[in-house]
Amino acid sequence: MAAGAKVGVVVFPGSNCEQDVAYACEQLGITARYLWHGERDLGDCQALVLPGGFSYGDYLRAGAVARFSPVMEEVIRFAETGRPVLGICNGFQILTEAHLLPGALIRNARLKFICRNVALRAEASCDWLDLPQGTVLHLPINHGEGNYYCDPSTLEGLRDGTAGRVILRYCEEDGADLPRHGAPNGALDAIAGVSNAAGNVFGLMPHPERAVDPQASYTTDGPAFFTTVLALVTEGVR
Amino acid sequence: MSTQAEEVTGDKRGSGTVLSDEPVRDLDAETAARLAVELGLAPDEHDRIVELLGRTPTTTELYIYSLMWSEHCSYKHSKKYLRLFPTDGPAVLQGPGENAGVISVGDGWAVAFKMESHNHPSAIEPFQGAATGIGGIIRDIFTMGARPVACFDSLRFGTLDKPRQRYLFEGAVAGIGAYGNCLGVPTIGGEVAFDEAYEGNCLIGAMAVGLMREERLTLATASGVGNQLILIGSTTGRDGIGGASVLASQEFDEGAEAKRPAVQVGDPFTEKLLIEACLELLDRGLLVGLGDLGAAGLTSSASEMAGRAGVGLDIDVSKVPQRELAMQPFEIMVSESQERMLACATPELTPEVLAVCEKWGLRATVIGSVTDTGQFVVREGADKLVCSLPALSLTDDAPLYDPPYTEPAYIQELANANLSGLAHPESVEELSAALLQLLASPDICDKRWIYEQYDHQVMCNTVVVPGAADAAVLRIGDTGRGQMTTRAIAISTDCNGRYVYLNPRRGAALALAEACRNVSCTGATPAAVTDCLNFGSPEKPEVYWTFVEAVTGLAEACRSFDVPVVSGNVSFYNESFGAPIYPTPTIGVVGILTDVDQHMTQGFAAPGDVIVLIGETNDELGGSAYLKERFGLAAGEIPALDFDLEREVQSVTRELIADGIIRSAHDCSEGGLAVALAESCLSGGLGADVAFDDELSAAASLFSETQSRVLVSVALERADELIDRLEASMLPFSVLGEVTPAEAGIRILDKVAISFEEARAAYEDTLPRLMGDA
Repeated sequence: MAAGAKVGVVVFPGSNCEQDVAYACEQLGITARYLWHGERDLGDCQALVLPGGFSYGDYLRAGAVARFSPVMEEVIRFAETGRPVLGICNGFQILTEAHLLPGALIRNARLKFICRNVALRAEASCDWLDLPQGTVLHLPINHGEGNYYCDPSTLEGLRDGTAGRVILRYCEEDGADLPRHGAPNGALDAIAGVSNAAGNVFGLMPHPERAVDPQASYTTDGPAFFTTVLALVTEGVR
Repeated sequence: MSTQAEEVTGDKRGSGTVLSDEPVRDLDAETAARLAVELGLAPDEHDRIVELLGRTPTTTELYIYSLMWSEHCSYKHSKKYLRLFPTDGPAVLQGPGENAGVISVGDGWAVAFKMESHNHPSAIEPFQGAATGIGGIIRDIFTMGARPVACFDSLRFGTLDKPRQRYLFEGAVAGIGAYGNCLGVPTIGGEVAFDEAYEGNCLIGAMAVGLMREERLTLATASGVGNQLILIGSTTGRDGIGGASVLASQEFDEGAEAKRPAVQVGDPFTEKLLIEACLELLDRGLLVGLGDLGAAGLTSSASEMAGRAGVGLDIDVSKVPQRELAMQPFEIMVSESQERMLACATPELTPEVLAVCEKWGLRATVIGSVTDTGQFVVREGADKLVCSLPALSLTDDAPLYDPPYTEPAYIQELANANLSGLAHPESVEELSAALLQLLASPDICDKRWIYEQYDHQVMCNTVVVPGAADAAVLRIGDTGRGQMTTRAIAISTDCNGRYVYLNPRRGAALALAEACRNVSCTGATPAAVTDCLNFGSPEKPEVYWTFVEAVTGLAEACRSFDVPVVSGNVSFYNESFGAPIYPTPTIGVVGILTDVDQHMTQGFAAPGDVIVLIGETNDELGGSAYLKERFGLAAGEIPALDFDLEREVQSVTRELIADGIIRSAHDCSEGGLAVALAESCLSGGLGADVAFDDELSAAASLFSETQSRVLVSVALERADELIDRLEASMLPFSVLGEVTPAEAGIRILDKVAISFEEARAAYEDTLPRLMGDA
């Protein structure tokens, strides 16, 4: 049961989706608490979300500065003890910069920001998402630097599970593979979301929090991204 | 510049009570007169300054007057006619004169909104020009105490076959996206048109909307003798010096490129922090007043804050944090460096204000104080006075002009143009091709290439996304703080520059009529208006005539639709090499929807639904998109506007939506009924099988742009109810046919037969193809 679980939403200067995440949590009966980037006390949070936005203006490189915020030392410690950490969009970029997730997010192949609803395919499970392989979901993407990239050995490690796992891929409407280089942002191997090897840290470019409230969403495929992990934490598995 | 100086002796400076101090004179009379002209002041304006001061002005004073008396800041050529607008109404909480207008939207919520142009900077450097346009309009909103919740863009360029126009278009869209996306304010609508008339002078208008509780309304004022002036945000540099006078108040010529340094550079990250810090300062009640630094920088925000309160100010420019070395006092006073705010606070609360700013990582510095002298005093360090002038003279004594105007000869020529010899398409093949050509035209085609570069969903309140309806619909509520309502606002921006060119008075009224119709087609009731009036040089009688006519027509339409104008801006001198743009008074209408679940969209809902046209089609191809695309013509008599009919059509449409009878509503505008039908098909992913039974030629039947028409659809079982309601309303209407599956295509009896895929490709491929992104 997810109700009553407590999620910490980390707010960096320039974050702009923290309220959206908190709103999604509220809709799902989850208590969200903002954690200011200068704080070192994560309180009794059972899971952490790094929301979207433009932390520190994304100057230099998306996530490159935020990764040095005081709170990130605590986030890393939290993750290392196996507790669940989710990075959405800018949060995903920060988690790769902090080396909690493999790979990097570079500028979209066409060098343009993209805001669009996209089809995604569940590829594997992690603490944050547990759907049958091949399940097709629709979520909005909103980013300028979401083009996933990693070196060949890391890609191999994602395939055999040693470096982590590919959790979500961009796909055709019917779930079929996209043509080569066909991901909307040019992502390598059409990768939209990856977890670490332990499965407790998960990052994705699409925005599940924008697909929770049917009144203001393209789709309602978002709730699973919040309820799955919270079922785990409240049952004490993690 | 002369360095001749007459030192003022003796220390008459007190703490905030400067009375008869004279600034250090640094100009002789002759040099001052020459500098005044260089700064764009007319000789008689300079004489007036000398008279007001009773002496030769200083360099700093001349810069300050030149900015504050520029067209951009003083509205000296437009004020007289702007008074024609109705500005009051039961919902109006703040009309024109503040940074933005504010209306009540019910349940204790208010929205602040304003539209503004950033044409001249964008024509020189499109990315930064457009980005800082967004930054400026957003500051106008949170200055009022409202959290910015939506942006809109209103864009005009030359035709996209020209590389320079593609560069401007691409840069402006990227700049708007880069700034708004970083702030986390969704850009949820707008409009764009491409015409040779804008080739030398693109138009970049931005509208922002903010949300607040009514009691939070904050005004830009500085009152209370001894209160502190606190400059918050970025450092001050030489960027944008003279932006308002050099860029915004003169025409373009060969020297335009050299003006690039006058374009400011935006820093959306700092702006985001400013939003959060200022809203926190207001939430905690720490401020007396708040103003933003826009055109003319510190000069205009400080003098306007003083002017509103009838007080004096004493500012020490040496306290202003500077990003460049050896800046002169006048440079600091008129710099248009972005992302700066001026707050006024009591001495007791000032430390708390500084602490909040520090928490947000923002610079905040006390740079002066409020005095009771009524003088606008600027000093460089404690001892050197560089400016002392009556604060009110900057606003109240600005010259007002009532220039002569005369109807341009082209008006009658084009209205009477003989269009009878045109070879109109007649066969189904030709007419189908004409429809596809219109769907593919850059003015009408799908605008995904633009709005997919804008985050249009952040904040989770966007109920109707771009492209899905005639107006954007935004839910009223504060997501993440648990304060949601059932209410929504609908917003539409609109202007058909070709109409206004051909008939300024009616064209401006039509812009308002269409914006209101768009809002009504979502189910919302139009409540208030902002405008962005773009014209050529007011010093040319033929241009000024178009301004006077357009404002008169717009004012008349506002009264007829009972929508007050609560904010806006005027941009003159939109010319290049002597050729003015199409007069383009862009309208932004905000409407209120009491139940968000009742909002309506434009796409057909299901096969078998009945398609009905409310209103009737007349032979009105003058000024149409069809004539432009097919024959390259901007000519003829533009469509008529019957205010009573228009109001009734909108009112009935809203009632049909509120009563849940219809399943789609889409207004007929550019491209006529055929384009409206195709758009409802494309939005719904469905086809249509209809007949247009009018007595008109095929081309007029399909493409006439007769106003006061709304295309609706209804489930078969409720069609009789709809017909009964329309009969009772006494409005003209006709049952056109039915919605079909997409595979059946779009068929208009004896006129058009195209496949869904053909229509989709024509509609969607244009901008990616022209912009090299196909």
